[in-house]
Amino acid sequence: MSLVELADIRKRFGAVEVLKGISLTLEKGEIVAVIGRSGSGKSTMLRCINGLEKVQAGRIVVDGIDVTAPKADLNLLRQRAGMVFQSYNLFPHLNVERNVMLALKLVRKLDTSAAREVARAVVTKVGLADKLHAYPDELSGGQQQRVAIARSLAMQPTLMLFDEITSALDPELVGEVLRVLEGVASEGMTMMLVTHEMNFAKNVADRVIFMHEGRIHEDGPARETLLEPRTAELRSFLNAVLH
Amino acid sequence: MIREFADADIVYLIEAARWTLLLALTATVGGGLLGIVVAVLRVIPFRPLNWLAIAWINLIQGTPLLGQLFVFFFGLPLVGLSVDAWTAAALSLSIYASAFFGEIWRGSLQSVSQRQWEAGAALGLTYAQRLGHVVLPQAIRISIAPTVGFLVQLVKNTSLTALIGFVELTRASQIISGATFAPLPVYLTAAVIYFIICFSLSQLAHMLERRLHVAR
Repeated sequence: MSLVELADIRKRFGAVEVLKGISLTLEKGEIVAVIGRSGSGKSTMLRCINGLEKVQAGRIVVDGIDVTAPKADLNLLRQRAGMVFQSYNLFPHLNVERNVMLALKLVRKLDTSAAREVARAVVTKVGLADKLHAYPDELSGGQQQRVAIARSLAMQPTLMLFDEITSALDPELVGEVLRVLEGVASEGMTMMLVTHEMNFAKNVADRVIFMHEGRIHEDGPARETLLEPRTAELRSFLNAVLH
Repeated sequence: MIREFADADIVYLIEAARWTLLLALTATVGGGLLGIVVAVLRVIPFRPLNWLAIAWINLIQGTPLLGQLFVFFFGLPLVGLSVDAWTAAALSLSIYASAFFGEIWRGSLQSVSQRQWEAGAALGLTYAQRLGHVVLPQAIRISIAPTVGFLVQLVKNTSLTALIGFVELTRASQIISGATFAPLPVYLTAAVIYFIICFSLSQLAHMLERRLHVAR
């Protein structure tokens, strides 16, 4: 069975139908880049996968958990499917170490010293061992985003969802975050990223999904899909972002 | 019989200021507890209770505190409940404070970004954990300045209870002023005491804000 299965999901906000029947499967270890114009439904799809948005129709199963079931254990689901946001969303009242430790203690029930050990390990992995005691507002955007990735990784998810995580960053800070992402990818993590970084999609992702007006318009191997788009919509989108 | 304004009068005023403080403290505790209820009723997803809370807030914020004091002090005896000045003062100031605390704290809770709730959710935290460990600590930090700002108002508003004969700082000043015919030094002394209380409160707020770290 696939790690993630979406079957004909539909989502509307008021009168606007944002997802018009999305079906896809994601295998363990796959790295999928989701691209498309703003408003095409990319982020909404991602947010449906970990239950932050409710769908009106269709079925979503993640790692054996039926997200769309009325009594779905969303908190368990979210331990399996980590998510990193465009706006980092670190907890401003906690320092880096305690940002990472919070869910380890509350959700994974680790004691303080075990949680601290995990926190130090993941924060070191994203290259910020010297910032363990800094508060989020003392870090650059790139550093904050690396902490957010570490915080998510610390929960040992089976799947990571990344929602335009470099879009809010100053251009010179994008690289450091992408390098951390490459590191995560090289360890075999299953990843789904909504991104505007076409080079990253081409070089790191296995597969690219192009969304257009609430539907999956193209879905194929990353390099091939980006270099030889089959549809006029993807071609014009790529032209728009690359120039 | 007229006498000079003397050191003993200053001591008397300071002693009377204890009642000002005690009344403000009582209203803070009583109004604080009731204010939590008001804030909760205001946000829970059940319309009739929201309306009840909104009506409560508007009724109390929209009428003068002095009127509320009179309702308790002169009104309750009419229905057979005799109250002394202290009870009427404590009761009406608590109710008065509850409406303001309720609104301040609701606003502080709602001013924590929805994204913080989501970040907590995305890590698998339960609703209660998100509230207790992520949102409340930030809301409390946000609420310090307006809460203390209102406390300062509350301390000053205790002076209205002089009008129902409760002997706190203002009433004590009236008494001494009547005996000495030296209103200026008496009321200046009272003003200094009010200032010391209120200034200490705002300094306390600054200290708390520094200790609770939140994004600048």
